[in-house]
Amino acid sequence: MTDVIETAPTSPDPRDRGGPAQPMLIVENIKKYFPIRAGLLNKKVAEVKAVDDISFYVLKGETLGIVGESGCGKSTLARLLMYLIEKDEGHLVLDGDPVGEKTGTSLDGLRRSLQMVFQDSYSSLNPRLPIEASIAYGPKVQGTREKAAKEQARALLEKVGLKAERFGQRYPHELSGGQKQRVNIARALALDPRLLILDEAVSALDKSVEAQVLNLLGDLKEQLNLTYIFISHDLHVVKYISDRVLVMYLGQVVEIGPVDDIYSNPMHPYTAALLACQLSMDPDERVESAPLAGDPPNPVNPPSGCRFHTRCPYVEDVCMSKMPSLGDTLRADPGEHLAACHMVHAGSGHSKAPNPDSRPLPLWQGETR
Amino acid sequence: MTDIPAGSFPTDKTQAAPATKVRGYWGSVWNRLRYDYVTLFCLGLITVIVLLAVFAPWLSPMDPERSSMANRLRPIGHAKFTLGTDEQGRDMLSRLLWGGRVSLLMGIVPVIFATLIGGTFGIIAGYYGGKVNMVIMRTMDVFFAFPSVLLAVAIAGSLGGGIGNQMITLTVVLIPPICRVAETATAQVRSLDFVDAARASGASTYSILTNHVLINVLSPVLVYSSTLVSISIILASGLSFLGLGVSPPTADWGLMLSTLRQSIYVQPLVAALPGLCILVTSIAFNLVSDGLRQAMDVKA
Amino acid sequence: MNEMRSPDLSQVEAQNEKPDAYVKVKDLQVRFVSREATVKAVNGVSFELKKGEVLCVIGESGSGKSVMMRSLMQLHPKKRTRITGEMKIGEHDIMTATDKQMSELRGSTVSMIFQEPMTALDPLYTIGDQIAETVMRHEKVDRDAGWKRALELLELVRVPSPERRLKAYPHELSGGLRQRAMIAVALSCRPSLLLADEPTTALDASVQIQVLVLLRKLQREMGMSMIFVTHDLGVAAQIADKVAVMYAGRIIEYGNARDVLMHPEHPYTRAMLSSTIKDQKKGAQLETIAGTPPDLRALPDGCSFAPRCRYAGPDCFETMPDEVTDGRGHMARCAKVNVVRGLLAFEPGIPAAPALA
Repeated sequence: MTDVIETAPTSPDPRDRGGPAQPMLIVENIKKYFPIRAGLLNKKVAEVKAVDDISFYVLKGETLGIVGESGCGKSTLARLLMYLIEKDEGHLVLDGDPVGEKTGTSLDGLRRSLQMVFQDSYSSLNPRLPIEASIAYGPKVQGTREKAAKEQARALLEKVGLKAERFGQRYPHELSGGQKQRVNIARALALDPRLLILDEAVSALDKSVEAQVLNLLGDLKEQLNLTYIFISHDLHVVKYISDRVLVMYLGQVVEIGPVDDIYSNPMHPYTAALLACQLSMDPDERVESAPLAGDPPNPVNPPSGCRFHTRCPYVEDVCMSKMPSLGDTLRADPGEHLAACHMVHAGSGHSKAPNPDSRPLPLWQGETR
Repeated sequence: MTDIPAGSFPTDKTQAAPATKVRGYWGSVWNRLRYDYVTLFCLGLITVIVLLAVFAPWLSPMDPERSSMANRLRPIGHAKFTLGTDEQGRDMLSRLLWGGRVSLLMGIVPVIFATLIGGTFGIIAGYYGGKVNMVIMRTMDVFFAFPSVLLAVAIAGSLGGGIGNQMITLTVVLIPPICRVAETATAQVRSLDFVDAARASGASTYSILTNHVLINVLSPVLVYSSTLVSISIILASGLSFLGLGVSPPTADWGLMLSTLRQSIYVQPLVAALPGLCILVTSIAFNLVSDGLRQAMDVKA
Repeated sequence: MNEMRSPDLSQVEAQNEKPDAYVKVKDLQVRFVSREATVKAVNGVSFELKKGEVLCVIGESGSGKSVMMRSLMQLHPKKRTRITGEMKIGEHDIMTATDKQMSELRGSTVSMIFQEPMTALDPLYTIGDQIAETVMRHEKVDRDAGWKRALELLELVRVPSPERRLKAYPHELSGGLRQRAMIAVALSCRPSLLLADEPTTALDASVQIQVLVLLRKLQREMGMSMIFVTHDLGVAAQIADKVAVMYAGRIIEYGNARDVLMHPEHPYTRAMLSSTIKDQKKGAQLETIAGTPPDLRALPDGCSFAPRCRYAGPDCFETMPDEVTDGRGHMARCAKVNVVRGLLAFEPGIPAAPALA
C-alpha cells in the first residue's frame, strides 16, 4: 500500500512547532451527549449521543473528508473541535500542544490556528454588516487596529476573487450564493489559520459555482499552506478533495482510510451502501431499488451492538449484541484502512468474517490490509 | 457588451453588477418608507402634534388653568373660545395644547425607559439562555400575569399620584412585553452561524452583543416599542381618568376626559375633544409602527 | 460524439404524429414588477408534455425553473406578477381560469410537492387529517371514506406502520417520512399532473434514492404526467423522459433525457455537465463556467449565455439565436448548433479567445 498522503510542505512554515511528522490536530476520545429534558422540573429523560467516543488525527497539509448522513454528528463534531460547544470528554492536541490545558495552547491560540467555514445560508453572514466589516471583525477582536484590519479584509477579498472596491461595502443580501461563500472563506482566513474546518461549505451552491469554490479552496490550500477538514454529504466532492476519508454513522466512526481505498474497496457495508447511493448521469443506469432502506435511526436511543445492524443486509446475531471495534485510529498509519464491522475482523463470530488462517475476504474482493 | 470575460479566478470580472445602487440597511428602509404615503402622513401628523405641544406656551391663547364661572361649557365656535370651554370655564384650546404636553410625555418617556431596561434584560436573557433566562423571564412572567391596566392601577395606587410616579408606573408596566420581544429576537439571532463565527474568532460576549446581536435585535424591538407609545398614552389617560395620575388643575387629555364626562349631555362635542386627541395620536403612532415594521422587514 | 446515434426513424414518425399533448405551454413570460425594477424571470418558454411523461427542468438558481412551474398553478401573487402566453392543462386554460376554478384544479387535476415538506404540511393537524380533508373536499365523500383513503395512500407511498403514522403530526416524522407524507397528500385525489419542485434536494442521498424510486413507480402506475424541477443532473437521469435545460428564463436545450444528458449540444449544458464533480482527478483544476448568471433585471441582448460562453462570436451578442431541432426532437438554442445528418451538432468553428483561464 502506497502512502497517499502528501508529505510536509516544501517551504517550512514559521508557525510550525511540532515538525512535519507531528499531526496538525489529534482528536482523542471526544464525546458529546446532549441531554433531553422534559417535564416540570427539567429532568433529564434521555440523551442524544451526538458524538460518541471519536478519535482521529489530521496530518499537516492533508485534507480529511468526513461523510455521513444527516444526524450522524458530523456538524456537532465540527463545533466541538472549534470549542463552540463544550465537549463532555476527550482531548485535542494542536500541533503537539494539548489545547486548553496549563502546559499547552490556550483557547485563543486554538482560535487563531483553527477556523471554520459555515454552509452558505442566510445566517452565515451578519445581514446588517457590510461584508468588509464582517471579515475585519475577527482581526479587530484579536487586537489589530481598525485601519489595518480593514486593509487586510480588502486584501482577503481580492484573494478569494472578489474586487474589494466593488464588493467591500455590500451587504450579504446583495451577493449571490457563491460570492457569499467566498466571503465566508475570507472571514475564516482573516486570522491566518492553519487548519480550516469546512462544514458543508459547498453543499448549497449550484454545480458550476461549486466547482469555482472548490478550485479556490485548492489554490488557497497551496498558497497558504492549509490543512482541511472537509465535511460533506456529497461523496463525489469528498472523493475529489480528500486525501483520507472518515465515515460516520450515529455519532461513531465506522470506517477511516485513504480515499482511493475507501471508494474502490469499502469495508463497512454502510460505506458500500452510501457509495451505491451516488446517482449516475446515464438515464440507462437507473437504480431500481434503493441500496439503503429506511431513514437513519434516531440518535436518542441508538441500536444495541453495531449501530448499523437495523439497516445492514448482512446482519447476524453477533451484530445485535456486540459492538464492533474500529481499532486504534491514533496509532494507525495514515495509509491504513480501518472499519468497525464484524465482517472484517477475524474471529468476530460473523459467518462472513475472515478465517484467521486464510486472509482474503469473502464479501469485498481484494485485500484490505 | 462585447467584452469577453476573463478567468473566474482570481478575479471574477463578470460578477453581475446590481442594477440598483448599493445602499445600507437604513438606506433601504428609508427607500421603502418613502413610498408608504399612509406612514408618511402619520409621521407628519405626529410631528405637528409634537410641535403644538412643545410650543403650547406660545400658541395657547389663554391661561389653561384660569377658570371663569361665567363662561362655563361654551360650545365649539364661540367667538372668544374657539373650541369652547370646560365645566369650569377654562379655554379648551389652551387646555388641549397644554394637555398634549403631559400626554405625549406620558406616551414617549416611559416607552424609552422601558425599552432601555426591558431591552437590556431581554438581550441578556436571550443570549445567555439557561438559568439566567429562567430567572429574568419568570420574573417578567409574574408581571405579565396581570392585565396591564390592573397592574398600572395597583402600582400607581401604592405609589400615589403625580407625574413622576405615573411615569414610573408606566415604565414598570411596559418593561415585561419589551423584554419578551427582545428575548425572542436575541434567541433567534443567537442561534445563527455568524454569531458562532464571531465566537470562533475569539470575540468576547460583550463584543458579540454590541457588534452582532444588537444591530439585528434593534429593529424588531424598536418597531414593537413604537406600538407601545399609543398604549402608554391611553394607559396614562386611564390613570388620570381614575385620579391616579396628574392632579387637577393640571391639563392632561385623560384627566380632561374624566372631568368633562358629566357634561357630555350639555356639550357632547366639547366633551369628546380630549378623547378625539387621544384617538388620533394613538392611531397615528400605531400606523407609523406598522409602516416601520413593513419597511424594516428586509429579507437579508 | 454523434456517431453513436443514428436517426431513429420510428421515433421521427412518432414525433410527427404528435399524439395530443396534455400540458401545453406556449411563449410563457413571467415578470415580477416592483417599484425599483422589473425582474424578467421567464422569457418565452414553450413546451408540450404528453400524458404519462416526465419532464425534468434543469437549471441553476435564478434560471426561472421554479417560477415557470409555479405559474402553472397560479401560485404567484397576482398584484406584482405579469404573466403572458398560453398555458393549458388538458382542456383547462390556466391563463383564464378564475380563482374558484383554480382551487378546484389544484389538488384534483394538478398537484405539487415541495423541497421542504414542513412548509407544505400543516403542523397543527395529523397526517391522516390532512389527507382525509383533501379527499373529502375534492371527492365529496364522508370522513370515514376519507380516512380509509388516507390509509391506502400511506401504504401506497410505503410508509411503515401506516395506521400509527396517520395519527402522527408532521414534526414527529423523519425527513424521509415527511416527504412521503407530502407525496401522499399530493396524490390523494389522483392528479393527472404532478409538479415537483426539488422534492429530493434536502434529503440524504440514501433517502433521495428511495423517494425517486417511489415517485417513478407511482408515476408509472397512475399514468401521471410529471414536471420535475431540479438542479441535480443525476436526479434528472433517474427520473426524466424529457429534459429541458433552462438558463435566464429560457429553455436553451430540450430533448429525450438520454440525448440531453449524454450528448448535450448547447455550450451551457456542456459546461454544466463538465463542471459537475464526478470522478475528476483529485486536486485537478475543475472546469468552471466563468462569471455568474445574468441579472434578470437587465438581461443582455442576444444570447443570455454569450457573456460567459467561450465559443461566443460577435453575432451571439446581438440576436437571440433561434431554436434548432433535429429529427429526434432534440432542440438547442445556440447559433453554433446545426442539424447534420438528422442530428444536432455543435460546430463552434475556431473558439474565440477562450473565456476560461
